[in-house]
This record gives sequence, structure tokens and C-alpha cells, in this order.
Amino acid sequence: MIERRGRPLRSARYRNSGINREASPLRANTVPYGSILAGSLLPVIALQADVMPLAPPLGFMMLVAWRLTRPGLLPIWAGVPLGLFDDLVSGQPIGSAVLLWSLAMIAFEYIEQRVPWRGFWQDWFTAGLAIVLYVLAAMALSRATVSPALLFAMLPQIVVAVVLYPVFARFVSRLDLFRLARTRRVG
Amino acid sequence: MAPPSSRRSGFSKKAQYSVFTGYLLAALGALLGAALLALSFWQPGSFAPLRGAASDAVTPVGEVPAAARAGSQSAWDVVTGYFYAGSQNARLREENEIARIRLAEAEAVKDENRRLKALLDLAKGDVEPVATARLVGSSATSARRFAYVGVGRADGLAPGMPVQSPRGVVGRVLEVARGSARVMLVTDSESVLPVRRAGDNTVAFAEGRGDGFLRIRLINLGLNPLEVGDVFVTSGAGGYYRPGVAVAVLSELTSDGGLARLIADPSATDFVSIEPIYEGEAVEASRVRGENELTQQELEE
Repeated sequence: MIERRGRPLRSARYRNSGINREASPLRANTVPYGSILAGSLLPVIALQADVMPLAPPLGFMMLVAWRLTRPGLLPIWAGVPLGLFDDLVSGQPIGSAVLLWSLAMIAFEYIEQRVPWRGFWQDWFTAGLAIVLYVLAAMALSRATVSPALLFAMLPQIVVAVVLYPVFARFVSRLDLFRLARTRRVG
Repeated sequence: MAPPSSRRSGFSKKAQYSVFTGYLLAALGALLGAALLALSFWQPGSFAPLRGAASDAVTPVGEVPAAARAGSQSAWDVVTGYFYAGSQNARLREENEIARIRLAEAEAVKDENRRLKALLDLAKGDVEPVATARLVGSSATSARRFAYVGVGRADGLAPGMPVQSPRGVVGRVLEVARGSARVMLVTDSESVLPVRRAGDNTVAFAEGRGDGFLRIRLINLGLNPLEVGDVFVTSGAGGYYRPGVAVAVLSELTSDGGLARLIADPSATDFVSIEPIYEGEAVEASRVRGENELTQQELEE
């Protein structure tokens, strides 16, 4: 008769991470979209900057970060539905983010084919360029009267967005770990 | 790191078609965006119901951070208040004395005002606000300056109604949905507000610049009579705003007017009141287009 051992073989720390776990498909498919939608919504409801546009375009930055961190995860046409949601809440005329986000996705696809090997600095450069062009194009499409004063007022927003990009890239890679965490029990 | 080769289709016909479809959909999406954009330039109100539904859904969520923001501001005030209590006390006592004197003067002016108005038979009571609400959100990323409030058509709001904080003018209602509304702030680059200098009748337009300043453009050009520190109030022209509400303080002089700072900074504003349009008839009259004017023949009849 074999007796049961007193102590469990595996410590409590590993009790929930057995080999019979796999990533949840629901979580793997919704986290990127959910985080981009949250990025569109956050500046509208949480940051009150009424005197000048100061908040970085978080929705677009999350899209860029996901696109560069995980190429091929978002379909090329993902800019259409996500951009439409951004337009509905951001105060821009409807269609501006649909157009600009789609163009950005196509541009990233093209750049990736031309320069397949990438690194941190190159990603930052690409994302920074995309953010600068996006903010300026969004300003031109917003029906605002473009004056030197307004251009000057956009400057802090652009600088903040470009400087903060690596933080968001890191945040997205954390989200990616969360997205693919083995949580679902098999069998 | 080189990207995974999921986009490289190789010889598989199926993979080639799916890559092609992806590009096609993306290009069509961009075209769709351009078409939507053209439509919203041509008919700005055409997507109002869609946007309204979205803001109806979002504004209740925004109430929570708005309340938290107001709470954290007042908590910070309490903390800093302890540090500056002594010097502030002395300063406030001095200010209080001056305020009492000014109050007495204002009483006299008010009295005179009432007499003159009675003479003109213009007695108009205090304006009852249509609704009071919190500013729950703003277009913090866009070049336009909009804010959202959690009251809408169901509370009696209509486009054009002035929005005011206890300190002064904040903006006016641009779009209403059932339970929310979009407010164009006076700092928006498309906002023009007729103002006059408090104390005399130097009339001007206050145009938003999009960076938090208002550009004061005098209507009568010539010698610039303005001085830094002048307070501008609404003049009541145009019919939207009632006259005499504080708008801005001049901070810099230019050749045709100056730059002014807002008195009612929206980011420091918690609650706003939405008032009815001051003179609806004047607003209606300004909407009559050239083609609706009476012809010469009709005038002669």
C-alpha cells in the first residue's frame, strides 16, 4: 500500500499554472481592440483640458503601438471601425479618423515590407513620424481656422505624444502578456 | 526583429486572395472615410444623431471622473489652505473692506439702473436657467474646443443656448442629444462673441484662437483705447447671450485690439448653468438668408 505524502508536491504558488492551461481565445481577441477603444475614450472623459489641446491622441497611439508590437495581429482594415468609434467621441468631424487611421495602417504595411528588420529606435522613429503627421492632418481636417497661434498651441501635444510613445509600447507589450496568459483550464 | 511572415502568401492561392482582400478592404475603408468626411464638411449636422447616441452613452461614465476631479481639487485646496492661512487671513480682511465699499457702490448703481429701466419700461427679471449640469468631458485631443454636458433635449436644451459658469461665459450649446449636449467653448477657433468693455461702450468681437486666449477685435478702428487689465462683458448683440456677463480680461495689446484671458476657465469649472437664448427673435432674424428676402416687386406691393 502506497501512502499519500503529507505535503503537496507542488507549492501553492504554482497551483494555478499547470500544464493543462491555455490562453483564453476571448481574451486574446478582445484585449487589443478594447485597449484601443479605451484609449479613444480616456482623453474625452478623464482629462479636462479645455484651454488648449494637450492630451496625446491615445487611441491612435494605442493603434500604432499594437501594430508595431504585434505585426499581423490587427487586420489592415482595422482602422475603419476603430476610427469610426474615435470620431464619434473625439469631436472631430466624422470620417477624419476613419480616413487617417486606414491610411496609417496601409502605410505601416508598406513600411514593413520595405524595411522588414526593425528595432526600438526605428519603431520609435516610425511611430513618432506617424503621430506628428496624424496630429497635423487631424488639425487640418477638424474645420478649425488654422493660425500660427493654433499651430503653436498644438506643439506641446505633439511633443508629449512622441515622447510618451515608448511608455505606451511597453504598456502594450504588458497587455500582450496579459492577452496571452494561460488561464483557461483544458480538460 | 523581422515580422512574422504571415503576410507573405507564397504559392497558396487562398493566402494570396486573403492578403489581397485585406488591402482592398483597407483602401475601401480609406475611401469610405474620405466620403464620410466630405459629407460632414458639406452637411455638418448629418451625423448629429449618431454622435448624439454615442455621447448619450459616454456622458454618464464621464460624471464619475468629473466628480472625482472636483473632489481632488477641493482636497488640494484644503491642504494648501493650512499653509497659507495667516497671510491669507490678513489679505482677505483687506479685500473684504474694499469689497464692502464696492458693494455699496454697486447697490447705488443697481438702484439707478432699476430707475432708468423703469423709465424705459424694460424691466426684465432674472433669467431662469434651463438646466444646471457638470461639464463631464472635453475634446482634449482635437484642435477644436468642445465640452460635453450630461443634460440634453429631455431637459429642454436647444442648440444656441448660452452656457455659463458662476464666473462668466463658458460657451454655447452646439448639438443636443436626448440626454447629453455638445458645447462649443468660447476658446474654439470658430467661436465669435460680441463683447463690450465693462465701464464704457467700446464694442468688439472676441474670437477664440484655439490656444486658450481670446482675440479682441475692435469694431471701430482707429486709436486703440484698450489697456491691459480691461474686463470685457457680453454686449447682448446677436441675441444669444444676455448682456453684462463677464467674458475675459485683456492681457496683451495688439494693433487692432488685444489678446484676452478667459475669466471662466472651463478646466476649473465644475457646474455650469444653461440659460435660454436671450433674444430668440433676433437669432431667428439673423438666420434669414439672402434668397428669402423680399423682392423689389413684393416690397412695392
